[in-house]
Amino acid sequence: MAPRALAITAALALAALTLGPVGVVLARAGGFGALGPGDWQALRFTLWQAFLSASVSVVLAVPVAKALARRRFVGRGLLVTLLGAPFILPVIVAVMGLIAVFGQAGLVNRLLGALGGPNLDIYGLHGVVLAHVFFNLPLAVRMLFSAWAAVPAEHFRLAASLGLSPRAQWRVIDAPLILRVLPGAFTVIFVICLTSFAVALTLGGGPRATTVELAIYQAMRFDFDLGRAAALAVMQLVLALAAGLVALRVAGQAGFGAGRDRILSRWDGQGALARGWDAAWIVAAALFLLVPLAAVVLRGLPGLFLITPDTLRAAGHSLMVALGSTALCMAWALPLSTRRGELLALPAIAISPLVLGAGLFLILRNFVNPFDMALPVTGLVNALMALPFALRILRPEAEAVTRDYGRLRASLRMTSLAWLRLVWLPRLRRPMGFAAGLTAALAMGDLGVIALFADPDRATLPLQVYRLMGSYQMEAAAGAALLLLFTSLGLFWLFDRGGRLGAET
Amino acid sequence: MKSLAFTVAAGCLSAGLALAETPILTVYAPDYFVSEWGPGPRIEELFEARCDCDLQFKPGDLLPRILLEGDRTEADVVIGLNTDVTKKARDSGLFAEHGVDLSPLTLPIDWTDEVFLPFNYGHTAFVYDSTRVDAPPASFDALLEAPDDLRLVIQDPRTSISGLALVLWVQSVYGDKAQDAWEKLAPKIVTVTKGWSESYGLFTDGEADMVLSYTTSPAYHIIAEEDETKKAAIFPEGHYFMVELAARLSTSDQPELAGEFMEFILSEDFQSMIATGNWSIPAALDSAKWPEGFQKLDLPEKVLFYSEDEAADLRGEAIEAWRRALSQ
Repeated sequence: MAPRALAITAALALAALTLGPVGVVLARAGGFGALGPGDWQALRFTLWQAFLSASVSVVLAVPVAKALARRRFVGRGLLVTLLGAPFILPVIVAVMGLIAVFGQAGLVNRLLGALGGPNLDIYGLHGVVLAHVFFNLPLAVRMLFSAWAAVPAEHFRLAASLGLSPRAQWRVIDAPLILRVLPGAFTVIFVICLTSFAVALTLGGGPRATTVELAIYQAMRFDFDLGRAAALAVMQLVLALAAGLVALRVAGQAGFGAGRDRILSRWDGQGALARGWDAAWIVAAALFLLVPLAAVVLRGLPGLFLITPDTLRAAGHSLMVALGSTALCMAWALPLSTRRGELLALPAIAISPLVLGAGLFLILRNFVNPFDMALPVTGLVNALMALPFALRILRPEAEAVTRDYGRLRASLRMTSLAWLRLVWLPRLRRPMGFAAGLTAALAMGDLGVIALFADPDRATLPLQVYRLMGSYQMEAAAGAALLLLFTSLGLFWLFDRGGRLGAET
Repeated sequence: MKSLAFTVAAGCLSAGLALAETPILTVYAPDYFVSEWGPGPRIEELFEARCDCDLQFKPGDLLPRILLEGDRTEADVVIGLNTDVTKKARDSGLFAEHGVDLSPLTLPIDWTDEVFLPFNYGHTAFVYDSTRVDAPPASFDALLEAPDDLRLVIQDPRTSISGLALVLWVQSVYGDKAQDAWEKLAPKIVTVTKGWSESYGLFTDGEADMVLSYTTSPAYHIIAEEDETKKAAIFPEGHYFMVELAARLSTSDQPELAGEFMEFILSEDFQSMIATGNWSIPAALDSAKWPEGFQKLDLPEKVLFYSEDEAADLRGEAIEAWRRALSQ
């Protein structure tokens, strides 16, 4: 069975890449290092902030996604794309945008000040959660939104013709859907927040907000204590796996079955109250997510004139990395889009990029000059890191296709190839477009492993932003960051749109 | 696998060809060094004009990378190390003596290190915008006693060289009382960032009144932006000395070129370019020859500095005092 062999190869490659580098670092260190007293405090804080951030993100995502799924208005498609932007923003850019809005001298405080209100302090645990919700609410919204969009139109039609009350419709359609999607969304966000570091530190206001990833950075880059770095990295992996196992247990299984792909019409929620409620959620989410984005754009506009050929070249490199990553990630994700595959991939988000980079560096230099591999390695690592997201998006849909059309396949005795070409891939086009867009944008904005492999002639755009800032070129950096925002968003839009083309959802 | 083998073969081939042509000097340098705004391109131009060689900068992590590579590193020279890592670097045994005559040095402290060669320096300082801060604190004590609405942004000593220099600064001024000092500073500290760039960005965005930076930061604004409103607050208690260093690898396959490069670092060509290239004070240049903007700088009279052994001993304690005080 060719598909099975493919799945096994993909799984082995995944396992080798998640465990191999940590193992190599560990071998080099000669065993795990001892953890310091601060490390346990860091672990507690890491778990707590990740739990809070994931909870708030998914709870807020429910009304927002529901509102977006059942309303039609001008600019809805654009809004859905833009709402996804925070998730793909490079950290340093996003933090600056958030601070421009919520900081001491930010928009909110200036408004409050003008109204004679109190001064809002963003820095602290609430600041960390705010930032993580800003990054991850879009992801949760999109996951739920896609699930609602995938409910066959017949269900809503039936609900309307049966005259189901809103409460009954909630019980029959919405609640099972939320229960099916939310645990997975929660887990992915929880695991992303586990590895947060620069955001947590900056918005947490100081060492109270020390995360495990910061401890890894310190061990790796500052103390050169590989053993301690490896111990902390393994701790992160175990936490991610545990979270994944819990989520798989909790998550409901059954989807809504197949429909006839009618254009989706909704008859529910036509009352003034329901309309007002939905409008309020959409406006609130749009303000929360888009105002900081607008701040990034405003800061960056003057800097656009300072963009130099170096920066453009860096943008070209990032684009190459992003496209390569996307192709690789899709080829990797499709054979793995099963329950087991998803669990296997989850730790990939929780791998410390620092440890991963060091491990790959140690392995690669036996064969090639690591400097020549800067861009391919960045592409590979990004494909790996995006894999869990791609699978979270693809897996439920892929399983549903197999479940809903498997009988058809058996009765028609379709070959594997025909099945892939005629049923599987076409039906997965929408989630694939979304997953590919996400991968491309994430790879575009990544700074992860490049530090060890950096090559002067092959900088990526995020690295260029950092270099400019390090040379006092704050304005040029803001311009380059804006360029990064445009390209990331552009890539995301192209793929996502490509996947949704012709689909009225 | 085929493409990998091809890459290896092509890599060997091109390395072989290059060897036959001009010798290559590989220099590891920090990221900010090699951008078109950093000193890297100018150094490359000046040195290649005199060496008949190809100087190649490899930016990124310095010491972590070299320690990972061990004696198989391809670096001939490293430029941009700090005193905070020299102990670890020296203990690795990977570095050779520089062999350069140190008499041209114009540092405010005595420097006799035979392995690590200074090329520029500065001091930690709190930089402020004089249009926003009317009465900057005139001493470290005054900073501690300043009202809590004076907003500071600093860097984390666990992830940043300048942040580490700050805790050593506080340690050398306040000694056993370092934690008390940090407790007084804590309410004024808006936030702590991972590196210098983020802090400085917050400061230029108006999020903080003062930022932990260097005494030389105002020179950038004076020279590049003709802006004289950014100033460093000078404290009579003294300022912590921060020097950037270069060193050559004992495993280098270009020892002569590496030696030439080390000599070049203290030459007037290099030294007169580094001020505006790296926004730091040249390590071997008479102040009369500094660019005008640097001559306008307020510089401390008293310079504080721990030797690498002292710093290594005090480091854990100094960071803990910071962490405890700011975690409350």
